[in-house]
Amino acid sequence: MSKEFTDHRFHLTRRHFLGKLSLGIGSAALGSLLIPDLFLKSESPLTSPGLPHFAPKAKRVIYLFQNGAPSQLESFDYKPLLNKMTGEELPASIRMGQRLTGMTSGQSKFPLVGSSFTFNQYGNSGAWVSELFPNIAKVVDDICFIKTMHTEAINHDPALTFMQTGAQQGNRPSMGSWLSYGLGSENKNLPAFCVLLSRGRGNGQGVYSKLWTNGFLDSVHQGVQFSSSEERVLYLKDPEGRDRADRRNMLDQLAQLNDLNYKEFGDPEIKARVQQYEMAYRMQTAVPDLTDLTKEPDNIIKMYGSDCLVPGTYAANCLLARKLSEAGVRFVQLYHQGWDQHGNMVGEMPLQAQDTDRATAALIMDLKQRGLLDETLVIWGTEFGRTNYCQGNLSKENYGRDHHPRCYTMWMAGGGVKAGTTYGETDEFGYNIARDPVHVNDFHATVLHLMGLNHEHLTYKHLGRYYRLTDVAGKLVPGLLA
Amino acid sequence: MRILVGIICIALISSVIISGCRQDKSTAEALDSVDYNLHIRPLLSDRCFKCHGPDANQRKANLRLDTPEGARAALKDNPSAHAIIPGNPDKSEVYVRISASDTSEVMPPPNSNLSLNQNEIALIKKWIEQGAKYKPHWAFIPPTQHTLPSVADETWPKNEIDYFVLQKIEMANLQPNEEADKERLLKRVSLDLTGLPPSPELHDRFLADNSDNAYEKIIDELLAQPQYGEKMAVHWMDVARYADSHGYQDDGLRTMWPWRDWVIHAFNQNYAYDKFVTWQVAGDLLPNPTKEQVLATGFNRNHKITQEGGVIDEEYRIEYVTDRTNTFAKAFLALTFECAHCHDHKYDPISQKDYYRTFAFFNRVPEKGLLGDIQLASLADPPKIKITNEEVQNILTFINKKDTTPVEVMVMKDTTWKRPTHILVRGVYDAPGEIVTIGVPDIILPFDSSTYGNNRLALAKWLFDEKHPLTARVFVNRMWQEFFGRGLVKTSGDFGMQGELPSHPELLDWLAVDFRKHGWDIKRLVKQMVMSATYRQSSVISKKHVEQDPDNVWLSHAPRIRLTSEGIRDLALASSGLLVKEIGGPSMKVYQPKGIWESSTSGRGVLARYVQDHGDKLYRRGLYSFIKRTVPPPGMLIFDASNRDQCEVKRGVTNTPLQALLLLNEPLMLEAARVLAERLMLNQSSEEERIKRAFLSIVCREVKQAELSVLMTYYETEKNNFRAAPDKAIQFIATGEFPHENVSDTVTLAALMQVIQTIYNMDEAITKT
Repeated sequence: MSKEFTDHRFHLTRRHFLGKLSLGIGSAALGSLLIPDLFLKSESPLTSPGLPHFAPKAKRVIYLFQNGAPSQLESFDYKPLLNKMTGEELPASIRMGQRLTGMTSGQSKFPLVGSSFTFNQYGNSGAWVSELFPNIAKVVDDICFIKTMHTEAINHDPALTFMQTGAQQGNRPSMGSWLSYGLGSENKNLPAFCVLLSRGRGNGQGVYSKLWTNGFLDSVHQGVQFSSSEERVLYLKDPEGRDRADRRNMLDQLAQLNDLNYKEFGDPEIKARVQQYEMAYRMQTAVPDLTDLTKEPDNIIKMYGSDCLVPGTYAANCLLARKLSEAGVRFVQLYHQGWDQHGNMVGEMPLQAQDTDRATAALIMDLKQRGLLDETLVIWGTEFGRTNYCQGNLSKENYGRDHHPRCYTMWMAGGGVKAGTTYGETDEFGYNIARDPVHVNDFHATVLHLMGLNHEHLTYKHLGRYYRLTDVAGKLVPGLLA
Repeated sequence: MRILVGIICIALISSVIISGCRQDKSTAEALDSVDYNLHIRPLLSDRCFKCHGPDANQRKANLRLDTPEGARAALKDNPSAHAIIPGNPDKSEVYVRISASDTSEVMPPPNSNLSLNQNEIALIKKWIEQGAKYKPHWAFIPPTQHTLPSVADETWPKNEIDYFVLQKIEMANLQPNEEADKERLLKRVSLDLTGLPPSPELHDRFLADNSDNAYEKIIDELLAQPQYGEKMAVHWMDVARYADSHGYQDDGLRTMWPWRDWVIHAFNQNYAYDKFVTWQVAGDLLPNPTKEQVLATGFNRNHKITQEGGVIDEEYRIEYVTDRTNTFAKAFLALTFECAHCHDHKYDPISQKDYYRTFAFFNRVPEKGLLGDIQLASLADPPKIKITNEEVQNILTFINKKDTTPVEVMVMKDTTWKRPTHILVRGVYDAPGEIVTIGVPDIILPFDSSTYGNNRLALAKWLFDEKHPLTARVFVNRMWQEFFGRGLVKTSGDFGMQGELPSHPELLDWLAVDFRKHGWDIKRLVKQMVMSATYRQSSVISKKHVEQDPDNVWLSHAPRIRLTSEGIRDLALASSGLLVKEIGGPSMKVYQPKGIWESSTSGRGVLARYVQDHGDKLYRRGLYSFIKRTVPPPGMLIFDASNRDQCEVKRGVTNTPLQALLLLNEPLMLEAARVLAERLMLNQSSEEERIKRAFLSIVCREVKQAELSVLMTYYETEKNNFRAAPDKAIQFIATGEFPHENVSDTVTLAALMQVIQTIYNMDEAITKT
């Protein structure tokens, strides 16, 4: 891995000298040209990340994003009081006049509603898990639950964007891009940041490419979407009627032509382009090999569930995530849609859980049996929580919940995480945080820390400002660390 | 995905060694005179201003170092001491603290993650010794036209630009490159002025023309082509964050394309820059505005608009006004106003109050944050105009409208009542503070309502006041960036303290003043740049260049720049003959891999599914490709185009394996190769002639013998391959929807197509050389 870091630094230095991009060298770069080597000794820590900052606990991340906001009250944050008080009005002393979305701010009543699903305690840690997640319940001793996530946005688009890029608006690099920028790749034949999408059976919200954008970073840090179609990565397939040997020959001819051109122009970018074609060629072999799940042994298929053989399912993506991660991909980002239960909680929540529970638990067990869990950080998360009061009609049979940014549950497992614990506590109404809040910025700071990065030092200068994933805030949460 | 090239290693190491040798000449001791703007401000700004700068709320120890008054005042904690005592570094607390070895004393403090090296400390010491003279920031001093500098080689300059450039080249002990050969010069200027490669006909004509003004004739010809307006519009669409969808969540369809047609028209009609901008900022406020003037104001409505149910109306309305304010500052002033949205700017003299005073100009639009959800399928939210067919036939003839239903375009309008503008505490929409009136940061140029007035039109007048220090410089710099790849101010979006200093300040000022004096004539400015000897140099990069000036700051050779996303598409279309040269109209849904929209959509709205167009619509220029903001065309993401989320003034130029995959396997690239091969097969010319012709069409020069022999050998190999597997030839040529020519020898056709595809993938093919 140390070689990769060297390569990465070298890449930056190369850009510094051949800089066709604004890579944040700022005034120093021009100053050093005006007066050569004025700044040579400084190598300002801000412009040359020098990474990682300290020994990482985890080398890779698999981020299982549950898109649309699964209810914490039907999954992991058990609130028996709500069952007792179902139908009663949310006390003003609890709501404290906090803002609501336009979808329920017009409601004349805010009746509390308890979960219609049963909770039990599991594992040595005694974590509460609802009956909808029987498989995750089996691995709770590997998990650190955070009950007290809170965010600033109250609608999907800005909340998703905030969760994934550290800013509600604007075109900032996403978490995976920051890690690619900071740590580079462990695998020369695969992108450092891969994105996998799936869709459940519940009411859905879209995802957007800005969630895996490189923002102002070099586009090599862009998340590469792996699709469920036969062509896993865009434009990966050779043209019809052409095979690998034909392509090899073509690239050899092309390299000759480019080399003639290099002899005339001397532009190092020509050499760099030849290298990119070679990497593309290797990707064309590496990706189909890796994404072929049919060769997985039966016990693995059983673990993840037979759905994992259907491309584009959450289960298939979990298995693929394990394979990509095992192959050295720094950041594998899943998005699973369908978790927006404004109504029909009773109908939709079990379907969503059914599609994700088994494979999620399998991923953790699979990583563990391969000895990879210690160095892989698995995150299960979302953009915000759901209200303790009912949106729309509260009947005996059904209910819905609106967006709730003031507290929600996420969890982590693996590298460097304090396993078998629950961090933070919400009040008995599940509306406010009782102790140990974790802001989105704090969460980002902690993830970077686990990867060996100081969130205040991983910066990039763009248009006069040093940007960070955590913007101007964020505190490491030591209580989450092993 | 790391780019690693052995040769670069060697170049890099040698450049470090060479630089290392020169170090003794470049230390603070070696400098006779330390200059505040050149040497000191970049240091103070980067390492000190965050806590000791313009932001009053964040200021530590009540000390500011960005003004001489602040730096010389008595210290709050120790009134007998001063941060800076001119002439006496040892008595100056600044020097004492930056040179302290005690970590509790030293500045910047270790936990700031900032530090000064010995050389930087020595520079500050010397500056204090020499009197600690402050100077105003260069960008806020109005430009004046310097006389042309004298140069040793009087024969080289072709116009004024070249005197300024050559002076720097000579000072850097470099030589300008020879003029580029005619073929490469033609390709360069054709791409720069029209975005299209020169046709073989133009190529032959230019090469045959030996008259003195052959090059100038070509420039005039290209500037007169309607494709010039399309080329110029691409950059402006980035600036204006143009897109065909609303941009948030469900991301519904919008119809702003008539505004884009207007931009093309304005460039082609060569509207003066002051008119071009004034109409966009305030066309609706002109006396008896024409429909065209109102249409131009669509510029300020191109921002994203939410349709997400349940959002809080005012939160988003504020967001739109914020976007307009930030765009105004970045596009026309090259200042990072957005930093003052939540607090005083940390580096530039832009207070939060200044921010909201500027914000007030854009805060009078009768609009809502959330008008309706996706089900209503609103293509345009008020204020808006309807454009009818009759208007298109009579007055707005530049709009390419085909159907008969009126098209709606969002435009600007001011309410008759003045919505009060508050400073928003921490930038939060529901934390209104003090009420402010219209205004701007006075440091740029004070805003005098009695002269200009008090609305957006007044703001436009302020922008084009002849004493304005930024407007002309900012645009001239961006045009320079467009042709030379890098602005005279490299940070073309930031002329503030944290931006880079201009490499050629006198040239920048000369061009800015000249541009204004000549009526803000854009075509004249463009011609001036491309007529210069600086522009006409070859792009050969010598070892000396790599070692001494790897960023080519001194412009001793022309840049080699990869084409843009749109440019690559246009090259494939034009060189193969597929290009449909229709101007304007609704955007096109071109080939796109299946499922890209579908896999990420919420399923709501007409853009949930991608329904590809067919026929001529597949072969329109890149700027007409449909942009759905949440899922932009993959080629745009892969080739560093803006995703149109917000105003962008500069694109990156990266080099990645995904780019290689696209060029190798994307259907249009293959189709272009197939169609060009078919057309050449219909000619009676020899096989060698076909390959020569293909090379000329794509690379825009005659093929060299060494290249031809590679290509001919490859061609023979592929003929043999396809002859052995004729089915594969048929599969290979079956690409694309464009009708096939009747070519019976499919084996030869496939081999030719393969050779052409290889030419399309040459670095030189997709590079402005």
